[in-house]
Amino acid sequence: MRKEYRTIREISGPLLMIQNVDGVTFDELGEIELPSGDIRHCKVLEVDGDRAVVQLFESPAGINLAESKVRFLGHGQQLGVSEDILGRVFDGMGNPIDGGPPILAEKYMDINGLPMNPAARDYPSEFIQTGVSSIDGLNTLVRGQKLPIFSGSGMPHAPLAAQIARQARVLGTDTNFAVVFAAMGITFEESEYFVDEFRRTGAIDRAVMFTNLADNPAVERIATPRMALTAAEYLAFEKEMHVLVILTDITYYADALREISAARKEVPGRRGYPGYLYTDLATMYERAGRRKGKAGSITMIPILTMPEDDKTHPIPDLTGYITEGQVILSRDLYRRGVQPPVDVLPSLSRLKDKGIGGGKTREDHAGTMNQLFAAYARGKDAKELMTIMGEAALTDVDKKFAQFADEFEKRYVGQGFETNRSIEDTLNLGWELLAILPKNELKRIKEEYIEKYLPEGE
Amino acid sequence: MGGTIVKVSGPLVVAEGLSDANMADVVRIGHERLIGEILNMTGDTASIQVYEETGGLGPGGEVVTTGVPLSVELGPGLLDNIYDGIQRPLEEIRALTGDTIARGVEVPALDRERLWEFTPTVTIGDKVVGGDVIGTVQETSALLHKIMVPPGISGTVAEVHSGERTVTEPVVKLHSADGKEHKLTMLQRWPVRVGRPFNRKFVPVTPVQSGQRVIDTMFPLAKGGTAAVPGPFGSGKTVVQHALAKWSDVDVVVYIGCGERGNEMTDVLKEFPELVDPRSGEPLMRRTVLIANTSDMPVAAREASIYTGITIAEYFRDMGYDVAVIGDSTSRWAEALREMSGRLEEMPGEEGYPAYLGSRLAQFYERAGVVECLGTDGRRGTLTAIGAVSPPGGDTSEPVSQATMRIVKVFWGLDASLAYARHFPAINWLTSYSLYTDNLAGWYDEHLGPSFLKNRTTALKMLQEESGLQEIVRLVGQDSLSPEDRLTLETAKMIREDFLQQNAFVDVDNHSSYTRQARLLGLILHYDSLCRSAHAEGADMERLLTIETKDVIGRAKTVPDDRFEAAYDEIEILLDAQISEVLRERDD
Repeated sequence: MRKEYRTIREISGPLLMIQNVDGVTFDELGEIELPSGDIRHCKVLEVDGDRAVVQLFESPAGINLAESKVRFLGHGQQLGVSEDILGRVFDGMGNPIDGGPPILAEKYMDINGLPMNPAARDYPSEFIQTGVSSIDGLNTLVRGQKLPIFSGSGMPHAPLAAQIARQARVLGTDTNFAVVFAAMGITFEESEYFVDEFRRTGAIDRAVMFTNLADNPAVERIATPRMALTAAEYLAFEKEMHVLVILTDITYYADALREISAARKEVPGRRGYPGYLYTDLATMYERAGRRKGKAGSITMIPILTMPEDDKTHPIPDLTGYITEGQVILSRDLYRRGVQPPVDVLPSLSRLKDKGIGGGKTREDHAGTMNQLFAAYARGKDAKELMTIMGEAALTDVDKKFAQFADEFEKRYVGQGFETNRSIEDTLNLGWELLAILPKNELKRIKEEYIEKYLPEGE
Repeated sequence: MGGTIVKVSGPLVVAEGLSDANMADVVRIGHERLIGEILNMTGDTASIQVYEETGGLGPGGEVVTTGVPLSVELGPGLLDNIYDGIQRPLEEIRALTGDTIARGVEVPALDRERLWEFTPTVTIGDKVVGGDVIGTVQETSALLHKIMVPPGISGTVAEVHSGERTVTEPVVKLHSADGKEHKLTMLQRWPVRVGRPFNRKFVPVTPVQSGQRVIDTMFPLAKGGTAAVPGPFGSGKTVVQHALAKWSDVDVVVYIGCGERGNEMTDVLKEFPELVDPRSGEPLMRRTVLIANTSDMPVAAREASIYTGITIAEYFRDMGYDVAVIGDSTSRWAEALREMSGRLEEMPGEEGYPAYLGSRLAQFYERAGVVECLGTDGRRGTLTAIGAVSPPGGDTSEPVSQATMRIVKVFWGLDASLAYARHFPAINWLTSYSLYTDNLAGWYDEHLGPSFLKNRTTALKMLQEESGLQEIVRLVGQDSLSPEDRLTLETAKMIREDFLQQNAFVDVDNHSSYTRQARLLGLILHYDSLCRSAHAEGADMERLLTIETKDVIGRAKTVPDDRFEAAYDEIEILLDAQISEVLRERDD
């Protein structure tokens, strides 16, 4: 029989202080039984002598200081896993909410996981074809990568994520895949959009969903992504599946973290977020990857909305320092009807160089990619100049670059959410666009490839 | 006798009953024997930072002091190895606990079983002092490991054992003047927070040849110097650091992955054994020591990883080698410092960082330098320190960048807008600087001739002028420029695209020798001066700016290394011929 304490001394926001405890350990999970019989969950944030500070996962409303009982469970937060989790929907704490039976757990896993030994990692290098040119051609995704989407409020990050989830495949393989989806603080409608998408494409049977919606307690969000990642680790490294994890929305997650930090009266870092936000985010993002000798992989697409579209806000900023690149959406392109509105220049995939080239995509990929980037950057500069000075101010060459930039946005980036382009199509389209430019400007591509691939005649 | 835990808060543990412990001692905590270090002592109560996750610890747990400060093991077996922040070998941990890092794992840093062929360099009766070399071990094919007398010990050699020994078996026995006996093994221990001693320090006068044109030619780093690479994410910090680790002409590289991505360390682990050092012909990994505290590993060990790395680097410096220590990234180290400081409830300085941030950073960088090593043979070693800084939002007005800039002599400012235009390395030529050019002038004049520094100055001046001219173009258009200014713009563009840009992923271009760099820059400036004088003689600028050889110069950096001299000679002849032709056209 576990000890029960009726010694809650203080409730302030999501934090509780319990006195006269004994044998309580850091990070331990606890249960609070209300006089009504309701059970709430909490975890230990600090133990100091016989006092424990715990963080509630649910609302503190209704907790009575004198009557409520607290029990500590002797272990950290866990998730019961088995292959039956596929096709199921859970709440943010891992309880089924789809009306189905409870999961008969094959085992219980600590949701915090353990750091992956860098010596045990296998370097991600398998090209994933998402069918989206601005990603495949320019910011190539590989298996085991973490590539976030930096969006802003009102922009179509959900359709893009759904498009990637729907179209992503590794060329020449047809292996065991699964999608793990964690919703943190998003609305019912947005969450339902993903459910419908998964249903429409039949992916629902291979999906595991954890949903903490906007009206669920904010602090529960701290656990939600870790639940999802634990499920993903189980599927990837014990059941050898290739798992795509979509986490949305990291911004709400970080805000929940800030709420708890503020309640604990910690010294705030930038914009009130705790100083350990980087470490906290990293312990989630770094769970993506491949392991030596294991067939499975975790590829992660976290989605975050940048407050005021500001990339230097702590959440996108720290995320960018941890993830292997980022796909940034542009409001300007969005307003001009370019879909998906991927802002190509500041977007980046750090692992692309290992996933492209002869034998993986095509030999000319690296050169054309650099050329497209450089040409688009110059074209955009030229267009900017044009708006100030008028077209007459441009040299003939710069006019070509401006034209290139327009065509590039319209045809290459603006493919729409339903078009699924093969990598061949993407690369060929790139050459078609480069043909707009004078040949001697194509300095970044090897001459033999220019001979081989550049379409003839202008 | 041990103490008892009274408080646990994240990586901070407070324990009482530790009156026998010293400040800064390493302690073992709880039944899992987690590793921690004492930060503060009040009476018999100690605040401890724990290098492992503290989940499951609670009041009542036992704390035992080891009686020694955080130290590293130094000896053969360091190279070609990957350690965590407190020098636990990650490959061995993997063999013990699998793909993830379990807690409380205890593995010696140096393999106790492995035998090394010890070749003594002393004989019985020799008098030796601390720092003297007593023998050598061919640690890897790339490096001869010198076994030294630990600092503070001296005496007469009484016994010498050559042949195969483990690191813990005595190889030399000394009798000291006071009649004591010292059994010396190949293994030394040294506390990481204390710099290893040397005889004296010198001003650095030799450049690090990194093979990176923008670094070597424009903003050079001296051997024994310090440099910082600040930049927002996505600007290519890690690629620059990897390039330095790969191609710098040093004997040993200690690479500290401090709070960075796991896959980056994996990349190094996978790539370095395959890459060949152009100087020694040996795989790069054989001269490399990796320290990895990736961002998902415990935060307290991140704080220690920087010291672990630089202490190992100092040890190789003491052998008389050129060593580079590369820290990626010092911002994560500073954040770890901030987190511990917050938990200790210290009064915060700027942006929550502790007030001692600046002095800690200075202490780290000051361990770099050119030194006459301890011992009697007067050998010199150098330790070069390069630190990445990851300023939030790329804004270098934040405390870590500012504190770093006050100390380091070379600043390679990475620029996001260059990175977006895929200009790599994205080192901004207007904001970066190197304070070593004057110190290195002697070396340049001797090895590359006096034209090198002159060309460098001209090139930098042109880039500076370009930014001014671009402003004008933006306001009033290209047509308003004089032909000379148009030439300046064109030459600056060539310097940027054909010289500064360097592709780390293309074999012929990923590193470039100093002579080749000097030649290439010379070619571009030769074109410039030819055009200027031809124009003065009345040649049409439009024609001069469009001659074919310009494109040939554009591809000059991809000429294979063994043919570049001939190829560059040829370009020069072509250039002269074409410009004379343009001049003739004028006469027609």
